[in-house]
Amino acid sequence: MAMSNVLLPLSIGIAFGFTLERAGLGNAKKLTGQFLLTDLTVFKVMFSAILTAMVGLFWLSRLGWVDLAAISIPETYLRPQIAGGLIFGAGFALAGLCPGTSCVAAASGRGDGLAVVGGLFTGVLVAGLAFPLFLDFYDSDARGAWTLPSLLNAPYGLVVLGIVLVALMGFAAAERIERRQSSRERGAAPGSLALKRVPLALAACALLLAGLAAAVRTPVDSATAAAAQAHAKALYKPASGC
Amino acid sequence: MKYSDPYLSGVALGLVLLAAFLFAGRGLGASGAFAATATGTVAAVAPDYAASNPYFGRYLARPGGPWREWLLIEIVGVVIGGFLSAALANRLPKKGDSPLFSRVKGTAVFLVERGRGVSVAARLAIAFGGGTIMGVGAVLARGCTSGQALTGGALLSVGSWAFMLSAFAAGYAVAPAMRRAWQ
Repeated sequence: MAMSNVLLPLSIGIAFGFTLERAGLGNAKKLTGQFLLTDLTVFKVMFSAILTAMVGLFWLSRLGWVDLAAISIPETYLRPQIAGGLIFGAGFALAGLCPGTSCVAAASGRGDGLAVVGGLFTGVLVAGLAFPLFLDFYDSDARGAWTLPSLLNAPYGLVVLGIVLVALMGFAAAERIERRQSSRERGAAPGSLALKRVPLALAACALLLAGLAAAVRTPVDSATAAAAQAHAKALYKPASGC
Repeated sequence: MKYSDPYLSGVALGLVLLAAFLFAGRGLGASGAFAATATGTVAAVAPDYAASNPYFGRYLARPGGPWREWLLIEIVGVVIGGFLSAALANRLPKKGDSPLFSRVKGTAVFLVERGRGVSVAARLAIAFGGGTIMGVGAVLARGCTSGQALTGGALLSVGSWAFMLSAFAAGYAVAPAMRRAWQ
């Protein structure tokens, strides 16, 4: 019991930190390229990850290998989360790192990462001390475990497919933006790197699409998803912040 | 050493997230570790106050207390994994790399990533200030890029997608003013 309480989060964390560093997301210059549209690694990594986990979870639950109700869905508090997102994004653009990547940056010897870690601790401490002042707003606009399928009133599989398609268009746009940027900078032909990535991305995407098309055709599961969601809501334990 | 392909790293990261869903019944996170650390610190200094504060009190009430918080242990792993990856790829600071903490026998402990437009001191100050603002935002939003955008995004939570879109909108609004600091 105690072992798995430590070993499980520890090993998941090690894998998390390792992949973030591999991708270059421990480097603030790489992250800020996202905001300056010179290097779209953040978008590519983040959406490849979201697609992988989202499609994986969809299929595992469709095949009955995973009970969606056993996974806690972050509850929605719409207005406070939009306000928090705006504040967070402004801080992100200044810091050049987000909470997870600041820990990777600090661990890989980046002093600016350590400064962001210190700032985050201070910010959370200050917000915690001032918490009674905005407690009402924090708990306002509560929507429970609200998901995109219920917002759009669409089947789970169709929403997954829609997000995959939008992300694919985003990947194509990201490659084009980076190519234009690199040819502007060097005044030369784009590097072979971007070209090499395209077939890889396309192959992965074709696989996803084929699978998803099948998923949408089979009459799943707005009912199942709704039931799972209701169940999840009933089971829901307040999540630990982030 | 060059960084890995972003799509491949993204798929790997997605598999880590999927593993967390399957084996732990929850996703990844980061800002929760800061919340747990802040709670533990406040509780050590002023235990009665911490218990009565509605934010810290919530973390204190969890089984095991703030220092056994799942996300805090996960973040210790993130630090270990990030260090291992950087060490294996030869990306740790090297001799002559850094103006920071480099006095000991010419060995750099920390280097500072910055654009040509800012000094080391200014970069560190902006990083600290940006981190503080992010911390406040993460408290209000109940999470950050990991716990909301990545985890909640994959779980199709409406609030998580709203957080993601508003965070990037604000980032793009602020970033032009920061161009000099990064290039």
